[in-house]
Amino acid sequence: MKQYEYLAKQALRDHGIPIPPGRLVNTPEDAYQAVQEIGPAALKAQVLVGGRGKAGGIRFASTPDEARDVAKAMLGMDLKGYTVERLYAEGKLDIEREFYISVTTDRNKKVPLVMASLAGGVEIEDVDDSQIVRQWVDPRVGVLPYFGRELAQRLGLTGTLARELADLVVKLYQIYRERDAELVEINPLAVVNGHLMAADARLNIDDSALFRHKNLELIEEGSELEKKVHQIGLAFVELDGDIAIMANGAGMAMATVDAIQYFGGKPANFLDAGGGASVEPTAQALDVLVSMKPKVLFINIFGGITRCDDVATAILQVKEGTGIPVPLVVRLVGTNEKEGVALLEQAGISAYSDMAPAAERAVQLAGEGRS
Amino acid sequence: MAVLLTKNSKILVQGITGNQGRFHTKQMLAYGSQVVGGISPGKAGDTVEGVPVFDTVETAVQKTGANASIVFVPAPFAKDAAFEAMESGIQLLVMIPEHIPVQDSIDIVTRAGELGVTVIGPNTFGIISPGEKTKMGIMPNHIYQPGPIGVVARSGTLSYEIAFSLTNGGFGQTTVVGMGGDPVVGQTFISVLRHFKDDPDTKGVVMVGEIGGSAEEEAAEYLKTFGKPVVAYLAGRAAPPGKRMGHAGAIIERGRGTLESKEKALTAAGASVVTMPWQVVDALREAMAHV
Repeated sequence: MKQYEYLAKQALRDHGIPIPPGRLVNTPEDAYQAVQEIGPAALKAQVLVGGRGKAGGIRFASTPDEARDVAKAMLGMDLKGYTVERLYAEGKLDIEREFYISVTTDRNKKVPLVMASLAGGVEIEDVDDSQIVRQWVDPRVGVLPYFGRELAQRLGLTGTLARELADLVVKLYQIYRERDAELVEINPLAVVNGHLMAADARLNIDDSALFRHKNLELIEEGSELEKKVHQIGLAFVELDGDIAIMANGAGMAMATVDAIQYFGGKPANFLDAGGGASVEPTAQALDVLVSMKPKVLFINIFGGITRCDDVATAILQVKEGTGIPVPLVVRLVGTNEKEGVALLEQAGISAYSDMAPAAERAVQLAGEGRS
Repeated sequence: MAVLLTKNSKILVQGITGNQGRFHTKQMLAYGSQVVGGISPGKAGDTVEGVPVFDTVETAVQKTGANASIVFVPAPFAKDAAFEAMESGIQLLVMIPEHIPVQDSIDIVTRAGELGVTVIGPNTFGIISPGEKTKMGIMPNHIYQPGPIGVVARSGTLSYEIAFSLTNGGFGQTTVVGMGGDPVVGQTFISVLRHFKDDPDTKGVVMVGEIGGSAEEEAAEYLKTFGKPVVAYLAGRAAPPGKRMGHAGAIIERGRGTLESKEKALTAAGASVVTMPWQVVDALREAMAHV
């Protein structure tokens, strides 16, 4: 779960990492007061999209009156599909240098990874590898100050900056560990008046660990439809095509989306109905797909734990309930296949047993694909 | 022959009295797995499907000589269960639950490394060795058959699809290993491939990968010296960047974990990479013919 910048900054401050003076802004009046208190400031839209500055999501105000006007214009504006509801007013900084530092999880080495660079201020992906220092953390030991001193030395820092960096990386790792972060990143890590300060920050919390961070406000990304399906407890991603897809299991759902595209069709979504989903969630998922008004509905089930008769029952339930007003292609094999196929046939739906011809048929019915 | 899991593996089920634990204990027994005990604190003395229930793994190991355990407890308690198993001498640990915090997985995998424990998962369907008539996992029993192919996969249902097509295509399996769909899991493609390399009965390998991370790219480096035919299928060709495709680990993040990168690396290493799951059998037939 990505955290807004102001929440990431709060986390840094709570752990003793210096941040610029800042105020959360909910109304134009807040903006007026903020600039009165902290002086000329940047007003930053609190949205979870990259490239916020270029899209007009960061503006400057020198006086309280100007801040009020700017806030009035920004609050409620649309930024790459997200409505700006909050701003963060932050004092303007006189930045001398821009560094980069982050703690994340190295999936291959299966330990935390600290990355740092003196070439900060740009996305780390755009920094040449030779300018990035990487140090892996032994999770049994954690990050002690010596780890930070070694990091500073590898970066070529000396004096005050080296001391401050060593101290900062200890605290950054505490945030990573204590808050179950997937990523905690300071970029740029600014040098202001000869001292380190976190000018911008990212903090992503591991969704699986939210049960031990109950104080966190839930921040849901994605479209309204995606949020709705997530609430049913299913994995769902909206795509821009018109063939709606349901499959069971994440890998299978990905492969099904791929198969539609392979035959030249345009998938409308990724939907994992679960490796062992029963009738009710499956029917709910189908209702959502029907509500998307696709050209074709394609259901691809390999029944392992999922039972084919449960899936068939769910399909019939939706057909008789809200109705399925678009062509339906079903591929159904595995556990209780005979029962499932028989149920569908009674309702005049014939099922495929192989994935390839089923996917090809779905694409054909949508009037897409190779001619 | 098989890798990691053999008919001599004596299996415990942690969380045996829950719905999932109970159901899959029955399925494992039906397949032939040697399930010797179950754990459910406070329920010692009960039986599930004829299997004795113990309060602690320690007692269960003493009484049964178990050397493997499969964990079905809810994710928030999974780290506790995993450590209990490892500290009690379990050597093969299968972690079924999804949504285990990554920090917990790091701790589990780190401790496993110290103790020499093999961890399968988390967020896995498990491991099955058809020739030995044993499985630890939630996969359906009927889709596998004994044979010369090793399968290593990140995802469950997709691997069922492919395993079933192998079975129907006349390629039985030595062992099918589910690595799991989480960012941090016990196995890598390489660690599993090493076992397949050493197993004389495994004549060829099918890898089922997906977008996210760089496990496939790392595996490609190893494949150069693997010496057995490998067919790979990777899911997520049509996946947009920045979106999690069901698995916590299946995400293209900041330009990393793309399918193109994996496909390129595996192809360069000599693996036969197919575009669609139904192409695996033909590709394998061709690859095996050249041996």
